[in-house]
Amino acid sequence: MIKQKIVLRFPPHVVEQPVIYHLIKDYNLMVNILRADINPRKEGRLMMELSGEDADYRRAVQWLKKQELKIINLEQQISWSEERCTHCGACTVICPTGALNFERPGMTVRFEEDKCIICELCLRACPARAMEALAENANGR
Amino acid sequence: MKVNRTIEEINEKIKAGKAVVFTAEEIIAVVKEKGLEEAARMVDVVTTGTFGPMCSSGAFLNVGHPKPRIKLNEVSLNGVEAYSGIAAVDLYIGATALPKNDPANRNYPGEFSYGGGHVIEDLVAGKDVHLEARAYGTDCYPRKKYETLFRLDEINEATLYNPRNAYQNYNVAVNLGQKTIYTYMGILKPNLGNANYSSAGQLSPLFNDPLLKTIGIGTRIFLGGGVGYVAWHGTQHNPSAERLENGTPCYPAATLALIGDLKQMQPRWLRGLSYLGYGATLQVGLGVPIPILNEEIMGYCAVSDADLQAPIVDYYGAYPNRESDNLGHVSYAELRSGTITVQGKQMPTASLSSYAGAREIAATLKVWIGKGSFSLTAPSAGLPSVEAGIKFKPMPDRDPEGREA
Repeated sequence: MIKQKIVLRFPPHVVEQPVIYHLIKDYNLMVNILRADINPRKEGRLMMELSGEDADYRRAVQWLKKQELKIINLEQQISWSEERCTHCGACTVICPTGALNFERPGMTVRFEEDKCIICELCLRACPARAMEALAENANGR
Repeated sequence: MKVNRTIEEINEKIKAGKAVVFTAEEIIAVVKEKGLEEAARMVDVVTTGTFGPMCSSGAFLNVGHPKPRIKLNEVSLNGVEAYSGIAAVDLYIGATALPKNDPANRNYPGEFSYGGGHVIEDLVAGKDVHLEARAYGTDCYPRKKYETLFRLDEINEATLYNPRNAYQNYNVAVNLGQKTIYTYMGILKPNLGNANYSSAGQLSPLFNDPLLKTIGIGTRIFLGGGVGYVAWHGTQHNPSAERLENGTPCYPAATLALIGDLKQMQPRWLRGLSYLGYGATLQVGLGVPIPILNEEIMGYCAVSDADLQAPIVDYYGAYPNRESDNLGHVSYAELRSGTITVQGKQMPTASLSSYAGAREIAATLKVWIGKGSFSLTAPSAGLPSVEAGIKFKPMPDRDPEGREA
């Protein structure tokens, strides 16, 4: 079994394809959509968690690549600079999934990447700017 | 008093490497176990600490003269405006100063990614800072324009002077409105979505000497990773605020003005911050040693988060409109637990002041005192306390023409 959060970036000309349908129907994957930004004739963006058999997942990725879709694994998208972090905790009430949370009683901030859905709210909520989006990120910034 | 100890006696023990020092967090259990008198007999110094955003902070710089000379008029450091309305090459860079062309909140909520606090952090980190200056030119200071890079070690003086730090207690900010607001207390989600506070509570300096019986002008402290001093009482100093039986105020009360040589400080403890939709500021790390002169002082240092109360204030309506309705009080123990309940609604809490940082500062000061490298000073004068009867004033509202408003 594999469970992987990914971001798919759709070039404008494939935005209208039923990608999710194929992932479920042809590759037997479970799809959990986390965020989506799909517009006709514009680049689209879909964040989701895929789970299923390893072989199915690999075949699905190959198929996606053939469709000219760009696949980015989610964990690598947001980084936490421990050096910049002052452990105030301002981010912990803004992070919607609890990926950024307070470790008690140590009162230090920790970042659990596997819970991050790249909403990017923390980037500007952190006064010390300890959260960074990597260059090749989901919003294409 | 059954225990009586002088600062001179404490300093003798510090010099001999025999001083007994605990942090304000550690001392709570010591007093609980041994009782006030025995703890006071045993302990010489309790160290405190706090590491929070403190807007009323900044640094005086003397950048020296170029050849020919200049009387600085409009000056920026890395694009951030500095105040030059003092002598020719003296400047003050304030923590919340912004670049002239910063879009501020025109693009709401503004990012404020670089300001005076960041300039101070960069200076302390030894980075090059870009100075650009204009002047009107005089017979003695003919130059009208100057531009250079400089580092902290290349200028004459750099004195951190913070007019208001170390607030004794602070508001817990919540939002009763229907939309997210962006404040100096952080992002506040609508309908009581979160509660933000900003004090190190039981570790905070002025919570451990609530009536200012030991802290005064000239008290030597940990400031920005180096050594500093209490210069004066801080602006908005309000020792008259309502207090609990243990002497601690249940509203923001006393404050300190602090001073120290920026050149011996560390960027780790002076951090430029960007508050979304609000502005730039500086996170200041400071710690004050409390000499245990007797069991009364020991009693003050023994307070724990459960004994300290903060007022809950709505930053959507009440705070901006200077209305005094408050939503009750909550203890720092509850705040630090991660959730509080206001008007029947449970919400998560977050601190803007770093408790982990405060703990580390108190521990560092303890090490300095323990190894004899930091001795205590007796204040040269006290700070106004409760008996001064200070009345906290709002801004006057009078007609500029001199008529009654």
